[in-house]
Amino acid sequence: MIRDFSTGDLLLLLLAARWTVALSLIAFAGGAMAGLAVALARASSAAIPRYAAMVYIELFQDTPLLMLLFVVFFGANVLGFQVSPWAAASIGLTLYGSAFLGEIWRGCLESVPTGQREAAKALGLKPWQAMVFVVLPQALRLSIPPTIGFLVQLVKNTSLASIIGFTELTRTGQLVNNATYRPLAVFLAVSLIYFALCWPLSLASRQLEKRLGQPLV
Amino acid sequence: MLNYTFQFGTVWREWPLLVAGLLTTIRLSIISMVLGTVVATVAAAASVYGSRALRVSVLAYVEFTRNTPFLVQVLTVYLGLPSLGVHLSAGDAAILAMTINIGAYGSEIVRAGIESIPKGQIEAAKALGLRPALIFRLVVFRQALIAIYPALASQFMLLMLSTSIVSAIAVEELTATANTIQSRTFRTFEVYFVVTLIYIALSLLFRAAFHFIHVRWVRVR
Repeated sequence: MIRDFSTGDLLLLLLAARWTVALSLIAFAGGAMAGLAVALARASSAAIPRYAAMVYIELFQDTPLLMLLFVVFFGANVLGFQVSPWAAASIGLTLYGSAFLGEIWRGCLESVPTGQREAAKALGLKPWQAMVFVVLPQALRLSIPPTIGFLVQLVKNTSLASIIGFTELTRTGQLVNNATYRPLAVFLAVSLIYFALCWPLSLASRQLEKRLGQPLV
Repeated sequence: MLNYTFQFGTVWREWPLLVAGLLTTIRLSIISMVLGTVVATVAAAASVYGSRALRVSVLAYVEFTRNTPFLVQVLTVYLGLPSLGVHLSAGDAAILAMTINIGAYGSEIVRAGIESIPKGQIEAAKALGLRPALIFRLVVFRQALIAIYPALASQFMLLMLSTSIVSAIAVEELTATANTIQSRTFRTFEVYFVVTLIYIALSLLFRAAFHFIHVRWVRVR
Protein backbone atom coordinates (compact mmCIF):
# COMPACT_ATOMS: atom_id res chain seq x y z
CA MET A 1 0.00 0.00 0.00
CA ILE A 2 1.59 3.25 -1.11
CA ARG A 3 0.80 6.34 0.92
CA ASP A 4 1.64 9.96 0.31
CA PHE A 5 4.74 11.74 1.59
CA SER A 6 3.20 13.73 4.43
CA THR A 7 4.26 15.97 7.28
CA GLY A 8 4.20 12.85 9.44
CA ASP A 9 6.99 11.40 7.32
CA LEU A 10 8.93 14.62 7.60
CA LEU A 11 8.60 14.40 11.36
CA LEU A 12 9.83 10.80 11.20
CA LEU A 13 12.93 11.97 9.31
CA LEU A 14 13.58 14.76 11.79
CA LEU A 15 13.31 12.29 14.68
CA ALA A 16 15.66 9.90 12.88
CA ALA A 17 18.20 12.73 12.65
CA ARG A 18 18.60 12.33 16.42
CA TRP A 19 20.35 9.02 15.78
CA THR A 20 22.62 10.61 13.22
CA VAL A 21 23.54 13.28 15.77
CA ALA A 22 23.99 10.72 18.56
CA LEU A 23 26.21 8.51 16.42
CA SER A 24 28.25 11.54 15.35
CA LEU A 25 28.76 12.62 18.95
CA ILE A 26 29.78 9.13 20.10
CA ALA A 27 32.19 8.72 17.20
CA PHE A 28 33.60 12.18 17.80
CA ALA A 29 34.10 11.67 21.53
CA GLY A 30 35.68 8.24 21.05
CA GLY A 31 37.66 9.35 18.03
CA ALA A 32 38.95 12.42 19.88
CA MET A 33 40.22 10.41 22.85
CA ALA A 34 41.90 7.76 20.74
CA GLY A 35 42.98 10.38 18.20
CA LEU A 36 44.87 12.35 20.83
CA ALA A 37 46.82 9.21 21.73
CA VAL A 38 47.52 8.57 18.03
CA ALA A 39 48.68 12.18 17.51
CA LEU A 40 50.98 12.07 20.55
CA ALA A 41 52.41 8.73 19.43
CA ARG A 42 52.85 10.05 15.87
CA ALA A 43 54.69 13.15 17.11
CA SER A 44 56.71 11.17 19.67
CA SER A 45 60.48 11.02 19.49
CA ALA A 46 60.50 7.27 20.20
CA ALA A 47 60.58 5.19 17.01
CA ILE A 48 58.17 2.36 17.88
CA PRO A 49 55.10 4.44 18.82
CA ARG A 50 55.82 6.77 15.91
CA TYR A 51 55.85 3.99 13.33
CA ALA A 52 52.93 2.16 14.94
CA ALA A 53 50.84 5.33 14.71
CA MET A 54 51.97 5.87 11.14
CA VAL A 55 50.86 2.38 10.08
CA TYR A 56 47.57 2.83 11.96
CA ILE A 57 46.82 6.10 10.16
CA GLU A 58 47.84 4.71 6.75
CA LEU A 59 45.66 1.65 7.24
CA PHE A 60 42.51 3.70 7.75
CA GLN A 61 43.35 6.24 5.09
CA ASP A 62 43.85 3.53 2.47
CA THR A 63 40.65 1.54 3.06
CA PRO A 64 37.05 2.60 2.50
CA LEU A 65 35.14 3.36 5.69
CA LEU A 66 32.38 1.04 4.49
CA MET A 67 34.87 -1.88 4.45
CA LEU A 68 35.92 -1.00 7.99
CA LEU A 69 32.28 -1.09 9.11
CA PHE A 70 31.80 -4.49 7.45
CA VAL A 71 34.96 -5.89 9.07
CA VAL A 72 33.91 -4.63 12.52
CA PHE A 73 30.28 -5.73 12.16
CA PHE A 74 30.91 -9.19 10.71
CA GLY A 75 34.36 -9.69 12.26
CA ALA A 76 33.09 -9.25 15.80
CA ASN A 77 30.37 -11.82 15.14
CA VAL A 78 32.97 -14.30 13.87
CA LEU A 79 34.97 -13.75 17.06
CA GLY A 80 31.85 -14.71 18.99
CA PHE A 81 30.63 -11.29 20.13
CA GLN A 82 27.05 -10.49 19.23
CA VAL A 83 27.36 -6.92 17.99
CA SER A 84 24.40 -4.73 17.12
CA PRO A 85 24.67 -2.45 14.07
CA TRP A 86 24.58 0.47 16.54
CA ALA A 87 27.66 -0.78 18.41
CA ALA A 88 29.49 -1.76 15.21
CA ALA A 89 28.87 1.67 13.68
CA SER A 90 30.07 3.38 16.87
CA ILE A 91 33.25 1.31 16.99
CA GLY A 92 33.96 1.63 13.26
CA LEU A 93 33.42 5.39 13.17
CA THR A 94 35.48 5.81 16.35
CA LEU A 95 38.42 3.97 14.77
CA TYR A 96 38.04 5.99 11.59
CA GLY A 97 37.80 9.25 13.55
CA SER A 98 40.84 8.44 15.66
CA ALA A 99 43.04 7.88 12.60
CA PHE A 100 41.99 11.06 10.82
CA LEU A 101 41.96 13.25 13.94
CA GLY A 102 45.34 11.77 14.89
CA GLU A 103 46.77 12.88 11.55
CA ILE A 104 45.16 16.34 11.74
CA TRP A 105 46.38 16.92 15.30
CA ARG A 106 49.88 15.68 14.54
CA GLY A 107 50.10 18.50 12.03
CA CYS A 108 48.95 20.96 14.70
CA LEU A 109 51.47 19.65 17.26
CA GLU A 110 54.27 19.94 14.72
CA SER A 111 53.34 23.45 13.68
CA VAL A 112 54.08 24.74 17.19
CA PRO A 113 57.64 26.14 16.80
CA THR A 114 60.36 23.90 18.31
CA GLY A 115 61.74 26.95 20.11
CA GLN A 116 58.74 26.74 22.43
CA ARG A 117 59.68 23.25 23.55
CA GLU A 118 63.34 24.18 23.87
CA ALA A 119 62.45 27.24 25.96
CA ALA A 120 60.31 25.05 28.22
CA LYS A 121 63.21 22.64 28.57
CA ALA A 122 65.59 25.51 29.37
CA LEU A 123 63.18 26.64 32.10
CA GLY A 124 63.49 23.20 33.66
CA LEU A 125 60.15 21.69 32.62
CA LYS A 126 60.02 17.95 32.17
CA PRO A 127 59.12 16.69 28.66
CA TRP A 128 55.52 15.87 29.67
CA GLN A 129 55.16 19.26 31.36
CA ALA A 130 56.44 20.98 28.23
CA MET A 131 53.89 19.01 26.21
CA VAL A 132 50.92 19.61 28.52
CA PHE A 133 51.54 23.22 29.54
CA VAL A 134 53.36 24.68 26.53
CA VAL A 135 52.79 22.74 23.29
CA LEU A 136 49.24 21.37 23.69
CA PRO A 137 47.54 24.71 24.54
CA GLN A 138 49.06 26.32 21.45
CA ALA A 139 48.29 23.32 19.25
CA LEU A 140 44.71 23.32 20.56
CA ARG A 141 44.11 26.80 19.18
CA LEU A 142 45.41 25.77 15.76
CA SER A 143 43.42 22.54 15.77
CA ILE A 144 39.92 23.96 16.18
CA PRO A 145 39.11 24.86 12.53
CA PRO A 146 40.31 21.59 10.93
CA THR A 147 38.69 19.58 13.72
CA ILE A 148 35.31 21.17 13.06
CA GLY A 149 35.91 20.57 9.36
CA PHE A 150 36.46 16.90 10.08
CA LEU A 151 33.30 16.81 12.20
CA VAL A 152 31.39 17.62 8.99
CA GLN A 153 32.96 14.55 7.33
CA LEU A 154 32.02 12.47 10.37
CA VAL A 155 28.38 13.58 10.35
CA LYS A 156 28.14 12.77 6.64
CA ASN A 157 29.86 9.43 7.06
CA THR A 158 27.43 8.27 9.74
CA SER A 159 25.13 7.71 6.73
CA LEU A 160 27.18 4.58 5.93
CA ALA A 161 25.88 3.00 9.14
CA SER A 162 22.59 2.62 7.26
CA ILE A 163 24.23 0.00 5.02
CA ILE A 164 24.98 -2.29 7.97
CA GLY A 165 21.39 -1.84 9.12
CA PHE A 166 21.49 0.98 11.67
CA THR A 167 18.33 3.04 11.38
CA GLU A 168 19.54 6.61 11.27
CA LEU A 169 18.55 9.43 8.93
CA THR A 170 19.56 7.85 5.60
CA ARG A 171 18.00 4.47 6.35
CA THR A 172 14.82 6.10 7.60
CA GLY A 173 14.79 7.98 4.30
CA GLN A 174 15.01 4.68 2.43
CA LEU A 175 12.20 3.20 4.54
CA VAL A 176 9.97 6.23 4.00
CA ASN A 177 10.75 6.04 0.27
CA ASN A 178 9.73 2.38 0.21
CA ALA A 179 6.39 3.29 1.79
CA THR A 180 5.61 6.44 -0.22
CA TYR A 181 7.61 5.98 -3.40
CA ARG A 182 8.42 9.66 -3.64
CA PRO A 183 12.22 9.35 -3.92
CA LEU A 184 12.97 12.91 -5.00
CA ALA A 185 10.93 14.51 -2.21
CA VAL A 186 12.20 12.07 0.42
CA PHE A 187 15.89 12.29 -0.42
CA LEU A 188 15.70 16.04 -0.91
CA ALA A 189 14.27 16.30 2.61
CA VAL A 190 17.00 13.97 3.91
CA SER A 191 19.67 16.05 2.13
CA LEU A 192 18.29 19.26 3.60
CA ILE A 193 18.42 17.84 7.12
CA TYR A 194 22.06 16.80 6.63
CA PHE A 195 22.75 20.21 5.13
CA ALA A 196 21.20 21.92 8.16
CA LEU A 197 23.50 19.87 10.41
CA CYS A 198 26.69 20.30 8.38
CA TRP A 199 26.57 23.76 6.85
CA PRO A 200 26.80 25.73 10.12
CA LEU A 201 29.81 23.62 11.07
CA SER A 202 31.46 24.26 7.68
CA LEU A 203 30.87 28.00 8.01
CA ALA A 204 32.20 28.05 11.58
CA SER A 205 35.30 26.14 10.54
CA ARG A 206 36.01 28.56 7.69
CA GLN A 207 35.35 31.60 9.87
CA LEU A 208 37.66 30.39 12.64
CA GLU A 209 40.34 29.55 10.11
CA LYS A 210 40.18 33.08 8.74
CA ARG A 211 40.50 34.44 12.24
CA LEU A 212 43.65 32.44 12.84
CA GLY A 213 45.15 34.40 9.98
CA GLN A 214 46.91 31.45 8.42
CA PRO A 215 45.22 28.69 6.48
CA LEU A 216 45.73 25.19 7.80
CA VAL A 217 45.31 22.45 5.27
CA MET B 1 36.13 -18.11 22.60
CA LEU B 2 37.25 -18.37 19.01
CA ASN B 3 35.79 -21.57 17.65
CA TYR B 4 36.00 -20.62 14.01
CA THR B 5 38.26 -22.02 11.32
CA PHE B 6 39.47 -19.43 8.89
CA GLN B 7 39.25 -20.59 5.29
CA PHE B 8 40.78 -18.15 2.90
CA GLY B 9 40.91 -20.74 0.10
CA THR B 10 37.17 -20.46 -0.58
CA VAL B 11 37.62 -16.73 -1.09
CA TRP B 12 40.58 -17.03 -3.44
CA ARG B 13 38.67 -19.56 -5.51
CA GLU B 14 36.31 -16.70 -6.41
CA TRP B 15 39.14 -14.70 -7.95
CA PRO B 16 37.43 -14.12 -11.33
CA LEU B 17 34.64 -12.26 -9.51
CA LEU B 18 37.15 -10.28 -7.45
CA VAL B 19 39.10 -9.28 -10.57
CA ALA B 20 35.89 -8.19 -12.32
CA GLY B 21 34.91 -6.13 -9.28
CA LEU B 22 38.36 -4.60 -9.06
CA LEU B 23 38.29 -3.60 -12.72
CA THR B 24 34.86 -2.00 -12.29
CA THR B 25 36.15 -0.01 -9.32
CA ILE B 26 39.14 1.21 -11.34
CA ARG B 27 36.96 2.04 -14.36
CA LEU B 28 34.38 3.97 -12.29
CA SER B 29 37.17 5.87 -10.52
CA ILE B 30 39.00 6.90 -13.68
CA ILE B 31 35.87 7.90 -15.63
CA SER B 32 34.56 10.06 -12.79
CA MET B 33 37.99 11.59 -12.17
CA VAL B 34 38.13 12.76 -15.80
CA LEU B 35 34.50 13.96 -15.95
CA GLY B 36 34.75 15.45 -12.45
CA THR B 37 37.84 17.45 -13.39
CA VAL B 38 35.97 18.92 -16.37
CA VAL B 39 33.01 19.88 -14.15
CA ALA B 40 35.38 21.25 -11.50
CA THR B 41 37.24 23.41 -14.03
CA VAL B 42 34.05 24.79 -15.58
CA ALA B 43 32.55 25.48 -12.13
CA ALA B 44 35.75 27.15 -10.92
CA ALA B 45 36.04 29.30 -14.04
CA ALA B 46 32.37 30.27 -13.65
CA SER B 47 32.87 31.24 -10.01
CA VAL B 48 35.93 33.36 -10.79
CA TYR B 49 34.96 35.01 -14.09
CA GLY B 50 31.18 34.55 -14.20
CA SER B 51 28.34 36.95 -13.55
CA ARG B 52 26.89 37.33 -10.08
CA ALA B 53 24.01 34.91 -10.78
CA LEU B 54 26.44 32.32 -12.10
CA ARG B 55 28.72 32.75 -9.07
CA VAL B 56 25.82 32.29 -6.67
CA SER B 57 24.58 29.15 -8.43
CA VAL B 58 28.06 27.59 -8.41
CA LEU B 59 28.35 28.46 -4.72
CA ALA B 60 24.99 26.78 -4.01
CA TYR B 61 26.04 23.66 -5.95
CA VAL B 62 29.39 23.42 -4.15
CA GLU B 63 28.05 24.07 -0.66
CA PHE B 64 25.10 21.72 -1.04
CA THR B 65 27.25 18.91 -2.39
CA ARG B 66 29.97 19.32 0.22
CA ASN B 67 27.52 19.34 3.12
CA THR B 68 25.44 16.27 2.26
CA PRO B 69 26.55 12.61 2.40
CA PHE B 70 27.75 10.94 -0.80
CA LEU B 71 25.45 7.97 -0.11
CA VAL B 72 22.40 10.26 -0.13
CA GLN B 73 23.61 11.82 -3.40
CA VAL B 74 23.94 8.37 -4.93
CA LEU B 75 20.44 7.38 -3.79
CA THR B 76 18.96 10.67 -5.02
CA VAL B 77 20.47 10.24 -8.48
CA TYR B 78 19.63 6.55 -8.82
CA LEU B 79 16.17 6.50 -7.24
CA GLY B 80 15.12 10.12 -7.71
CA LEU B 81 15.95 10.87 -11.35
CA PRO B 82 13.56 8.26 -12.85
CA SER B 83 10.62 10.22 -11.43
CA LEU B 84 11.83 13.14 -13.59
CA GLY B 85 11.83 10.80 -16.57
CA VAL B 86 15.60 10.24 -16.60
CA HIS B 87 16.37 6.54 -16.44
CA LEU B 88 19.98 5.63 -15.78
CA SER B 89 21.58 2.25 -15.26
CA ALA B 90 23.10 1.75 -11.81
CA GLY B 91 26.58 2.16 -13.29
CA ASP B 92 25.72 5.42 -15.05
CA ALA B 93 23.96 6.75 -11.95
CA ALA B 94 27.09 5.97 -9.93
CA ILE B 95 29.31 7.81 -12.43
CA LEU B 96 26.94 10.80 -12.46
CA ALA B 97 26.84 10.98 -8.64
CA MET B 98 30.63 10.69 -8.39
CA THR B 99 31.12 13.34 -11.08
CA ILE B 100 28.80 15.74 -9.24
CA ASN B 101 30.65 15.03 -5.99
CA ILE B 102 34.21 15.39 -7.26
CA GLY B 103 33.14 18.39 -9.35
CA ALA B 104 32.14 20.26 -6.19
CA TYR B 105 35.22 19.38 -4.16
CA GLY B 106 37.49 19.84 -7.15
CA SER B 107 36.10 23.25 -8.08
CA GLU B 108 37.20 24.68 -4.73
CA ILE B 109 40.71 23.36 -5.38
CA VAL B 110 40.82 24.60 -8.99
CA ARG B 111 39.47 28.00 -7.91
CA ALA B 112 42.25 28.36 -5.35
CA GLY B 113 44.71 27.52 -8.14
CA ILE B 114 43.25 30.09 -10.54
CA GLU B 115 43.29 32.77 -7.85
CA SER B 116 46.93 32.00 -7.07
CA ILE B 117 48.06 33.27 -10.50
CA PRO B 118 49.40 36.85 -10.17
CA LYS B 119 47.29 39.46 -11.99
CA GLY B 120 50.40 40.88 -13.63
CA GLN B 121 50.84 37.73 -15.70
CA ILE B 122 47.34 37.98 -17.10
CA GLU B 123 47.87 41.67 -17.86
CA ALA B 124 51.16 40.83 -19.54
CA ALA B 125 49.44 38.15 -21.66
CA LYS B 126 46.75 40.68 -22.60
CA ALA B 127 49.40 43.21 -23.51
CA LEU B 128 50.97 40.62 -25.79
CA GLY B 129 47.61 40.32 -27.56
CA LEU B 130 46.52 36.86 -26.42
CA ARG B 131 42.82 36.10 -26.57
CA PRO B 132 41.02 35.38 -23.24
CA ALA B 133 40.57 31.67 -24.03
CA LEU B 134 44.25 31.32 -24.82
CA ILE B 135 45.23 33.27 -21.70
CA PHE B 136 43.13 30.91 -19.58
CA ARG B 137 44.61 27.83 -21.20
CA LEU B 138 48.29 28.80 -21.42
CA VAL B 139 48.81 31.22 -18.56
CA VAL B 140 46.21 30.44 -15.92
CA PHE B 141 45.19 26.79 -16.22
CA ARG B 142 48.60 25.23 -16.75
CA GLN B 143 50.22 27.02 -13.85
CA ALA B 144 47.17 26.46 -11.65
CA LEU B 145 47.28 22.74 -12.44
CA ILE B 146 50.90 22.53 -11.30
CA ALA B 147 50.02 24.31 -8.04
CA ILE B 148 46.94 22.26 -7.23
CA TYR B 149 48.02 18.84 -8.47
CA PRO B 150 48.85 17.41 -5.00
CA ALA B 151 45.53 18.56 -3.52
CA LEU B 152 43.62 17.24 -6.52
CA ALA B 153 45.42 13.89 -6.34
CA SER B 154 44.51 13.38 -2.68
CA GLN B 155 40.90 14.27 -3.48
CA PHE B 156 40.99 11.60 -6.21
CA MET B 157 42.29 9.07 -3.68
CA LEU B 158 39.25 9.81 -1.48
CA LEU B 159 36.99 9.43 -4.51
CA MET B 160 38.50 6.05 -5.33
CA LEU B 161 37.77 4.82 -1.81
CA SER B 162 34.25 6.25 -1.86
CA THR B 163 33.39 4.14 -4.93
CA SER B 164 32.71 1.40 -2.37
CA ILE B 165 29.56 3.33 -1.42
CA VAL B 166 27.96 2.79 -4.85
CA SER B 167 27.64 -0.89 -3.92
CA ALA B 168 24.48 0.36 -2.17
CA ILE B 169 22.77 0.70 -5.58
CA ALA B 170 23.98 -2.69 -6.81
CA VAL B 171 26.86 -1.60 -9.02
CA GLU B 172 29.04 -4.70 -9.18
CA GLU B 173 32.27 -3.07 -8.02
CA LEU B 174 34.69 -4.48 -5.49
CA THR B 175 32.57 -4.02 -2.36
CA ALA B 176 29.44 -5.40 -4.01
CA THR B 177 31.53 -8.36 -5.21
CA ALA B 178 32.57 -8.94 -1.61
CA ASN B 179 28.91 -8.96 -0.58
CA THR B 180 28.07 -11.44 -3.35
CA ILE B 181 30.91 -13.79 -2.40
CA GLN B 182 30.07 -13.65 1.28
CA SER B 183 26.41 -14.50 0.66
CA ARG B 184 27.51 -17.41 -1.52
CA THR B 185 30.28 -18.87 0.68
CA PHE B 186 29.32 -17.57 4.18
CA ARG B 187 33.05 -16.87 4.68
CA THR B 188 32.15 -13.37 5.79
CA PHE B 189 35.20 -12.28 7.73
CA GLU B 190 37.66 -13.76 5.23
CA VAL B 191 35.98 -12.05 2.28
CA TYR B 192 35.99 -8.59 3.84
CA PHE B 193 39.53 -9.06 5.09
CA VAL B 194 40.81 -10.00 1.63
CA VAL B 195 38.89 -7.18 -0.05
CA THR B 196 40.27 -4.70 2.50
CA LEU B 197 43.77 -5.83 1.51
CA ILE B 198 42.87 -5.35 -2.17
CA TYR B 199 41.72 -1.80 -1.41
CA ILE B 200 45.01 -1.07 0.36
CA ALA B 201 46.92 -2.39 -2.66
CA LEU B 202 44.71 -0.30 -4.95
CA SER B 203 45.38 2.81 -2.86
CA LEU B 204 49.11 2.24 -3.11
CA LEU B 205 48.79 1.66 -6.87
CA PHE B 206 46.82 4.88 -7.40
CA ARG B 207 49.25 6.82 -5.24
CA ALA B 208 52.17 5.47 -7.27
CA ALA B 209 50.38 6.35 -10.51
CA PHE B 210 49.67 9.92 -9.36
CA HIS B 211 53.29 10.26 -8.31
CA PHE B 212 54.45 9.00 -11.70
CA ILE B 213 52.18 11.47 -13.52
CA HIS B 214 53.46 14.24 -11.26
CA VAL B 215 57.12 13.51 -11.92
CA ARG B 216 56.67 12.78 -15.61
CA TRP B 217 54.24 15.49 -16.80
CA VAL B 218 53.21 17.96 -14.15
CA ARG B 219 56.22 18.96 -12.10
CA VAL B 220 58.32 21.81 -13.49
CA ARG B 221 61.90 20.78 -14.09
